[in-house]
Amino acid sequence: MVKKAEVVNLNFSYTDKRILNGVSLPIYENRITALIGPSGCGKTTLLRCFNRMHDLYGAIQYDGKINLFPDELNILSDEIDPIEVRMKIGMVFQKPNPFPKSIYENIAYGLRVRGVKKKSFIDEKIEDSLKKASLWNEVSDRLNSSATSLSGGQQQRLCIARALATEPDILLLDEPTSALDPISTAHIEELVTELKKSVTIVMVTHNLHQAARTADYTSFMYLGEMIEFGESSQIFTNPKEQKTENYITGRFG
Amino acid sequence: MAIRSEFSTPQSLKRRLRNFKESLIGLSLFLCALSSVLITFGVIYTLISEALPFFKDVSLKNFILDREWTPLFENPQYGILTLMSGTFLTTAIALTIAIPLGTVAAVFLSEYCSHRAREIFKPLLELLAAVPTVVYGYFALLFITPLLQKIIPSLESFNALSAGLVMGIMIIPYISSLSEDAMRAVPLHLREGSLAMGASKLQTSFNVIVPAAFSGIASAYVLGISRALGETMVVAIAAGLQPRLSLNPLESTQTLTAYIVQVSMGDLPQGSIGYRTIYVAGLVLLILTLTFNLIGQNIRARMENKYK
Amino acid sequence: MSSTSSRQINLKTQIEKLKRQDMFFWFVGLITLAFALLTLLSLIADMAMTGWPRISQSFFFSFPSRFPDKAGIYSAWVGSFCVVLVTSLMAIPLGIASGVYLEEYAKKNIWTKLIELNILNLAGIPSITYGLMALGFFVYRMHLGQSILTAGMTLGLLVLPIIIVTTREAIRTIPSHIREASYSLGATKWQTIHNHILPYSSGGIMTGVVIALSRAIGETAPLITVGALTFIAFLPSSPMDPYTVLPIQMFNWVSRPQEEFHINAAAAGLVLLTMTLFLNGTAIYIRYLFRKKYKW
Repeated sequence: MVKKAEVVNLNFSYTDKRILNGVSLPIYENRITALIGPSGCGKTTLLRCFNRMHDLYGAIQYDGKINLFPDELNILSDEIDPIEVRMKIGMVFQKPNPFPKSIYENIAYGLRVRGVKKKSFIDEKIEDSLKKASLWNEVSDRLNSSATSLSGGQQQRLCIARALATEPDILLLDEPTSALDPISTAHIEELVTELKKSVTIVMVTHNLHQAARTADYTSFMYLGEMIEFGESSQIFTNPKEQKTENYITGRFG
Repeated sequence: MAIRSEFSTPQSLKRRLRNFKESLIGLSLFLCALSSVLITFGVIYTLISEALPFFKDVSLKNFILDREWTPLFENPQYGILTLMSGTFLTTAIALTIAIPLGTVAAVFLSEYCSHRAREIFKPLLELLAAVPTVVYGYFALLFITPLLQKIIPSLESFNALSAGLVMGIMIIPYISSLSEDAMRAVPLHLREGSLAMGASKLQTSFNVIVPAAFSGIASAYVLGISRALGETMVVAIAAGLQPRLSLNPLESTQTLTAYIVQVSMGDLPQGSIGYRTIYVAGLVLLILTLTFNLIGQNIRARMENKYK
Repeated sequence: MSSTSSRQINLKTQIEKLKRQDMFFWFVGLITLAFALLTLLSLIADMAMTGWPRISQSFFFSFPSRFPDKAGIYSAWVGSFCVVLVTSLMAIPLGIASGVYLEEYAKKNIWTKLIELNILNLAGIPSITYGLMALGFFVYRMHLGQSILTAGMTLGLLVLPIIIVTTREAIRTIPSHIREASYSLGATKWQTIHNHILPYSSGGIMTGVVIALSRAIGETAPLITVGALTFIAFLPSSPMDPYTVLPIQMFNWVSRPQEEFHINAAAAGLVLLTMTLFLNGTAIYIRYLFRKKYKW
């Protein structure tokens, strides 16, 4: 198993309030890692450390490392520009958040930000990423219509395509189906499983079945701490920690 | 073509260039925002520095106690209360109109109108605030005054009454819009709580909504007051140019603002007594309105804290 | 209510009473609105009926004159146009930049608080005090004279808070997840602002700009103190030239005792009113258009 990244003893504070406490876990290449736990356990906070989203709001402190392989470079270091981190690590949010622009412009945006100007290359990338996000068949004839006219599920797949177009090393998914109906959810889950062939995925989910169905690895977090990390099959059938068991059997959260 | 980028060091040219550009933009935007502060200090500094020499010639005692304002006469008198009485008189008349009508309009728009009707009436009402004040001045002098003279024959052709009335109509939207915003900010559960107990809309409006939104409504009143105090063209055109220490609405009067207009229309060399007096009048006006503004903001801030 | 009557009947009369009161207030509200709007309507009608006979091509293309029927608003509307042009050049960039700074850059600290408090107060200062400031500062200290430049900048200061406040409100309606989407793709702050925040808030900003310009066109008092002249029988050829504007021209005509000039005043007022109502209508329309375009 090849590590794509690892979180090493990460503490994170926002306005002097400690939110993550000594979190460590490996992220394996071309695998899906799910972060689960009750609300407020810090799973989304951890996810947003991976692309330094917290840096946007200030009053934060990282202590510990997230190393990106193969160079084992700590992306939380002050030396590293958060913008460059985000160029390597893509993100899909809870609520589909396409820009109120055309479908085409939504996907082209990441490329434009990276200085890509060549139209043929952008066109190619758009088709490629829409196909990967299994949206191409539905929108290929209306790339210039507004992204906000798509259905919720389509919008979320567009957001996935938007992130994929920039060829990220890791794709972060923050409860990507929580705002969607069951059919769209199934669609996205299928898509995510397919995507792991080409990209490493870290996914926060509230839905334990979703984690069990799609994730190769699952880590259970509670009150800002990593309680247990392991293969999903083990976590869901034979958890080692009492707290994990309590949570997955529905005793809290 | 590769879109994968490698991490750069903080020393790399590309990154330094990007950071430089970003902070340059941030700095210029900050300077733009700061300019508004400079403007305020400019206003206050100019007013004070041009007004202060006035008090070398005129004692504060005369300024407050003189009963006439005749700075350009041979025997000048500088009783500021004369101009202030004109300002207060017209403001009081305006508020007598604007506060009841503005409040009723606000309750009506917020509690009685459908969403659709509100979307139509509110912009229409706000058009009242869009009409240029010089047009209101014309309206007060040449429409309202003749109309009122039919009812009150003793009304002078320049008078505080019609100027005040028109000013009142002009500031209705200031009061109604802000009050309505405040009422609509009252949480729905308060409204539903009252209605669920069987209260009527009217009872809910005046026993629950208005008290809950009171600080917002009060701050709307205060801002309306400060607007009326500073209004210039309506009073300059319709209320006359006769400084008078009197509260008779049927006579002509002169406000602080109208005095500034009157003097500014003539030749005004810097440093002359006429020049100084308009700054003194302006300073008094600024202090009055700033006081009311600060009171209004204070009340509003308290309201915002209440519903956070 | 007698103590012998049953509770139910009591309740019934009470409900009827409440309903009557409700109806009554409904009427009061309607009458209030009608009163305000009818006043506006009679103002417009009065202005239109009195002024309309004077409206002709020659009215628009004649200079002021001692003879009411020969006098026109040529120099006035050209002056208004020039002054508002200067105002726009100054207030629009400065206002939008300040609004963007306060929403996107400002940290919650004492400086921000100071700037915000300031803008609130600037918006509440009577317009004539801007005129006094401009007289002391632009005219006498910076020696800009009683020129179009001075007038434009004076009105620029006056409408600056309007543009700042509406820019901020427009930006605030953009949900933070749109910003995050842009950042997550590797955009810098300025890229995010330039590619997303500004385009998506442009409707609100434009509304504010139009309202501000409409305010500037109708403003009279501060220009009196910086010496807008009323008798200008030529067109300005540089920003340093003396000028007059439409509201000042109207004020001049209203202040004359001869009734013929009042007709001119009404005609000028009609033009002024048409322009400001048109601009305000445009603002409402822009707001409506963009509200439909961007639904978050």
